[in-house]
Amino acid sequence: MEKQILSVMNHKKTKSLVEKTAAMIFRGCAIVSVIAVISITGYMIISGTPAIFKEGITGILFSTTWAPTAAHPHFGIAYIILTSIVGVFLAIVIGVPIGLFTAINLAEIAPEKIRKVLKSAIELLAGIPSVVYGLLGILIVNPMMYKLELLIYKGSKTHQFTGGANLLSAIIVLAIMILPTLINISETALKAVPDDYRKSSLALGASKIQTIFKVVVPSAKSGIMSAIVLGVGRAIGEAMAILLVAGNAVSLPYPFHSVRFLTTAIVSEMGYASGLHRQVLFTIGLVLFIFIMIINLVLTYILKRGDQDE
Amino acid sequence: MNSTTILEKKNRLSDKVLYALIQLSSFLAIFILFIIIGYILYRGVPAFNFSYLVNTTSIINDTVGILPNIINTVYIVIVTLLVACPIGIGGAIYLNEYTKNKKFVNIISFTTEVLAGIPSIIYGLFGMLFFGSFCGFGFSILTGSLTLAIMILPIISRNTQTALECVPKSYREAALGIGATKWYMIRTVLLPGAIPGILTGVILAMGRIVAESAALLFTAGSVSLLPKNIFSHLLSSGGTLTIQLYLEMAKGNYEVSFVIALVLVVIVLGLNMLAKWISRKFDVNEGNR
Repeated sequence: MEKQILSVMNHKKTKSLVEKTAAMIFRGCAIVSVIAVISITGYMIISGTPAIFKEGITGILFSTTWAPTAAHPHFGIAYIILTSIVGVFLAIVIGVPIGLFTAINLAEIAPEKIRKVLKSAIELLAGIPSVVYGLLGILIVNPMMYKLELLIYKGSKTHQFTGGANLLSAIIVLAIMILPTLINISETALKAVPDDYRKSSLALGASKIQTIFKVVVPSAKSGIMSAIVLGVGRAIGEAMAILLVAGNAVSLPYPFHSVRFLTTAIVSEMGYASGLHRQVLFTIGLVLFIFIMIINLVLTYILKRGDQDE
Repeated sequence: MNSTTILEKKNRLSDKVLYALIQLSSFLAIFILFIIIGYILYRGVPAFNFSYLVNTTSIINDTVGILPNIINTVYIVIVTLLVACPIGIGGAIYLNEYTKNKKFVNIISFTTEVLAGIPSIIYGLFGMLFFGSFCGFGFSILTGSLTLAIMILPIISRNTQTALECVPKSYREAALGIGATKWYMIRTVLLPGAIPGILTGVILAMGRIVAESAALLFTAGSVSLLPKNIFSHLLSSGGTLTIQLYLEMAKGNYEVSFVIALVLVVIVLGLNMLAKWISRKFDVNEGNR
């Protein structure tokens, strides 16, 4: 009969097997994100390039005629790309000052009670689904912009009235939607500035506001920059909120034109597109993906430089 | 007037203007939220009727309801979390506890950042091509859930990593010191300690799934029918609340739209409060510092 051994070495084999399997499984889990990024990149390139080969780069990227279902279809997306760039830029121009000032209030000025209220308001703003922003956009922002449009273009015969569904409305909705991103990340950056800086500045006789704008904000520069870059990413990728708000017609991005963004171009036509038309929509997806990748690289660069500064 | 004393406070105009701008911006942020919530309540509450929540939209029975969409939403949330939680938590454990290879950690963190930055419409396209066409799942809840699982992976793995970092090093050393193996230590010491933080991440991910629309439009589709069978429903198309809201909004049915918006906002608010309650109750971020 075998003797029962009491030893710490008991079951060593099974134990090490369990250990190894656990480590392997965890390793597999960690690699999933790498696989996902590689396959997304691969799929976007594979599905986005055929149309470019068929129509030529100039025929798609630099042509301004978008008539995918015409007898002689044209697939120029220059206006769509331009709209995304102009729209996002202006949304950032509106959103950044509001976001930065609010972040300053949260990090430097507001007393604890107000801070809490403000903080939970911003968390909620971040949680509201983008379609709900879209719904409110067409029912609140669009009528307001329509009134403005009537006021400005009163009696104009050449202007095509949009009923408020135009670039300006989309910019306002986008600017609101990126606020939480801007505020949260800038606040973290401002809070990370060492207290010594503030104290030294105050001791030298600077007022509180001077300290904030001449000492704290410049020290948090790289964090604020990354907030802006992430805000750009959020705005350029937003689809459902601006789909109906922007009016969805391909044209030059003037404030009172109905426009189509990269994202909304995909959403609005993917449902029925086929053949070359569908491939061009994937090319639009690829263009959007390239924008996002550039943003990611810029972000990594900023964060790396921020690390080196410290 | 030239004063030479430092005790006299200098009044700067620029200080006042900037201070006013700061307060104005903060007020604006709260005001926007107030308008959003207020308008949804103003339009949604009068239109709200419990019959919406228990009915299917049907021309034959002359009923309007969002029950199928509610079921689809719950379905997608559950399936997505079942896929994403093990992977996200497992990956975070590997990064935090196992590997010492700095390069590997950097690569994974970079790809996680990239995943977090990819817009949902791109996920939608990828999901449609890969899970829908390549894997052959078509327009189905499974396709939608797998797509969303990749999308929320960064949220879950980041929150898990933060939670694991908050577990003091001495716990690990103590457990290993009395002879526990690594996996045993993770299972019995680390995970229980990190649960509140992980849970907060999962709830945030739930909020993201409920609010998602662009990634689901071309993956899970927009059919709103009651499930015939719990399991076969996985492979049939199903539109969530957000998708239904978009369809109603495009058709101009604002009454139903606001009912759905109200339901969505209540869900998001509830999840938000739940996450806060958990992190307060367990002191996720402060307790172990």
